[in-house]
Amino acid sequence: MFSKISLTVNGQKQEIEADPEMPLLWALRDLLDVKGPKFGCGIAACGACTVMINGEAVRSCSLPVGEIQGEITTIEGISQGNELHAVQEAWMKHSVPQCGYCQSGQIMAAVALLEENPAPSDEDINDAMTNLCRCGTYPKIKAAIKDAAQTLGA
Amino acid sequence: MSRLGKYTRRAFLGLGVAAAGGLAVGYYFYQKPYANPLDAKKAEGETPFNPYVMIDRDNTITIITPRAEMGQGVHTTLAALVAEELEVSLDQVVVEHGPSSSAYFNSAMLEEATPFPFYDESVLAELARGSMKVVSKFLGLNMTGGSSSATDGFVKMREAGYAAKFVLLKAAARHFGTSESNLTLANGTITDKASGKSATYGDLAQEAASISPPTEMKLKKAADWKILGKSQNRVELRDKVTGGRIFGIDVQLPDMAYGTVRMAPRNGVTLKSYDKTAALAVPGVKDIVEIRTLSGDGLGIIATNTWAAFKGAEALEIEWDDPFSLQNTDQMWSALENALSQEPAFELGGTGSDAEVFSSIPESEAISAQYRVPFLAHATMEPMNATAQIDGDTVRIWTGTQAPGLVQSAIARHFEMDSADVDVTTTRLGGGFGRRLEVDFSLYAAVLAKATAPHPIKVTWTREEDTQHDTYRPMALGDFKGQVTSEGTLKTFDMHVASPSIIASVMPRTFPGISPAGPDNTVLDGAFNQPLDVENIRCQAHLTDLQVPIGFWRSVGNSVNGFFHESFMDEAAHKAGKDPLEFRLTHLKRDEFLPAREILKKVAEMSGWGTPLPASKGRGIAHVLSFGTWTAQVIQVDVTDDTVIIEEVWAAADPGIVLDPRMFKDQIMSGINFGLSQALGQEITWADGQIEQANFDTFDAMRMYQAPKITIELLENSPRMGGAGEPGTPPSTPALANAIFAATGKRIREMPLSKHIDFA
Repeated sequence: MFSKISLTVNGQKQEIEADPEMPLLWALRDLLDVKGPKFGCGIAACGACTVMINGEAVRSCSLPVGEIQGEITTIEGISQGNELHAVQEAWMKHSVPQCGYCQSGQIMAAVALLEENPAPSDEDINDAMTNLCRCGTYPKIKAAIKDAAQTLGA
Repeated sequence: MSRLGKYTRRAFLGLGVAAAGGLAVGYYFYQKPYANPLDAKKAEGETPFNPYVMIDRDNTITIITPRAEMGQGVHTTLAALVAEELEVSLDQVVVEHGPSSSAYFNSAMLEEATPFPFYDESVLAELARGSMKVVSKFLGLNMTGGSSSATDGFVKMREAGYAAKFVLLKAAARHFGTSESNLTLANGTITDKASGKSATYGDLAQEAASISPPTEMKLKKAADWKILGKSQNRVELRDKVTGGRIFGIDVQLPDMAYGTVRMAPRNGVTLKSYDKTAALAVPGVKDIVEIRTLSGDGLGIIATNTWAAFKGAEALEIEWDDPFSLQNTDQMWSALENALSQEPAFELGGTGSDAEVFSSIPESEAISAQYRVPFLAHATMEPMNATAQIDGDTVRIWTGTQAPGLVQSAIARHFEMDSADVDVTTTRLGGGFGRRLEVDFSLYAAVLAKATAPHPIKVTWTREEDTQHDTYRPMALGDFKGQVTSEGTLKTFDMHVASPSIIASVMPRTFPGISPAGPDNTVLDGAFNQPLDVENIRCQAHLTDLQVPIGFWRSVGNSVNGFFHESFMDEAAHKAGKDPLEFRLTHLKRDEFLPAREILKKVAEMSGWGTPLPASKGRGIAHVLSFGTWTAQVIQVDVTDDTVIIEEVWAAADPGIVLDPRMFKDQIMSGINFGLSQALGQEITWADGQIEQANFDTFDAMRMYQAPKITIELLENSPRMGGAGEPGTPPSTPALANAIFAATGKRIREMPLSKHIDFA
């Protein structure tokens, strides 16, 4: 019924048949069974669905899948096998997650931030990290980002 | 295989189907234990020792932690209780929620529902708490709430570990032909000192299961603990930093359909007529089904993917029959004001002083204030969802629930079947805060599954549906009066709370046919049961039905009355011309209030209470005893250009015993930020029978740039154990309002505070 859409997700070429208006989030979750990006709001207000396109953090719940240009990286794509990304390691070290539902989006936003700004100040973090966390883990997120920045810069 | 994948496999193998008989172990509180649900669950080679411990031949040690993991770290702390006595480390065990079974009833949750303050250890109070344990067991209340999981599990889960260790040691003695005193035990392996040979728990499991469990429990002393009392990594930590498929919304089953719901504006509003033509024209939408349940009426949309279901829901044209007289928030405030003028429904606590005392306060010593709080949504990050499958006579549910037993009974009632034929797999929860004690999302999924049978369906709510179909924290009005003597003493304290009753709202949809007995404590929690030395105290509830479904919201009545009570104490201190900390301490003289005095002094020391601040800044203090944990907070704000920045929060809490310091502090931190989120702008309002807020653009919560620095210390003076998940919330809002008053002289008596002052 719909024409085919090609996507590159975590380095793998994928082909789906979907309404081009379908948000990328639902194409990932329902059609490609990539469950790392979570559904929170559907209006780009919470960031639980954050993925990266060509290294930039985007909210996949509000991006029509037919308009995607570039390589999509989800949280499943930032670790190398068993070896976690420095941001994930920092998240574990600081025991950041509580319920954990927002954390894959938080981690993706943090990875994108550190790629752009390797040594963010408190203010930079406040500006870049606009994802919602209902468990209120913000102080730990901030500490983990600074820790990861040190690791990555070392 | 992911943990969820394992659940799924086991579910198909019959997880959760209770069996008769089983290995009775003697550690229950009551004579006749429930059957061990693991007997039906076990796979080839697995030996269940009791409902909490199962050991496989290959030495896989599984600990069942039958409470909802919604961020509070309960799976880790409950597993630690078992591991401590079983002498294994947390990284060598597998931790699972386990099946829904009455064997996992929560004996501590209803203790808070007794009409006695936590510090009351009288015979009557203890008898009431004891009878609540029996009620919990009788109802098989396998629930997570009331910050009760660790208290409930503290003895029984350590005993489960001890009982398994006891028989494993006996089996090892037989195996090596020696006595137990010649054996050493570490990390799941038992070694015969003489021969140097060792056997794993797995090697010994089947033999051990045939040995009678201990009749006497010799639990370790706290001084000998190796795991408890120390901070542990969350058992599910790695899943939570890798986007793990651990939540209800991540369930994926073969041939699964996808759905959503469009429910009536509130429970009680019914489906009048609808046009599904446009919805069915949405590509991917397969069917529209009617939902008529005790939780609510509406329509279900069945589709080939979630987004198509959402689009279908949007395209539905529905007319409702709305029988309710209260259509907007102003009418609801009027109803509360009217309730306040009526005779109270009941009163709790109080000193029993003559009514005349309260009506004859000299004007010069009188103080009075009215406080208001709005309806609030839980707004969990993971919207409500459940996956259901009807497979012959069995209904299977996969969902993040705080009450799997209620899910079973609600679905069984709806389909007129046996609740043993409803199989619930509890996933991890993307936030709970009390919302997931409700059965609505599971029930609706089951109704949709009837139409997709034998195929399963995952039913996910939109954020808009979630926000507008919650069971809300009630709106309430507090009319507080007092007498402050010329010496600066609060002599009389008269508290009137107008609110709908949560229990009256919950019972008909959850336990139809059972009428709630006695007063609904939740209306007065945080007011009637606070440590306070005042000569005349009265605390009365004025109930009225606001025709809106309400429920348990993190800290429940304490979130309402904490704000009222502690704002009033601050006002009384100012009337008395006393420092708010000093004023509190002079009204906390009784011996049993020692934990309150100590945490207040501690938080004062931490925050530099009383030291000078620049003119733009102010500090506020508050203390609330809730869920057995005494919690004091100081908040410092800066108010420049009429804009408030919440700079820093200091908290001291005393739960009696701290099982995991970091996890406990994390809960207090979370409770504070959850509480402060209310102040920043949260309210649910009604206009023309509809809720006006829908998504995070209109019902938001604290963001990173608003998050204060938080410092927490824990004390252990309290004589009994308290909870972690909720006590951080109640003092946060009054401490903030009191800080704003200290900085500006402006007293805000209404939540959200943002109605009266701007926040950065």
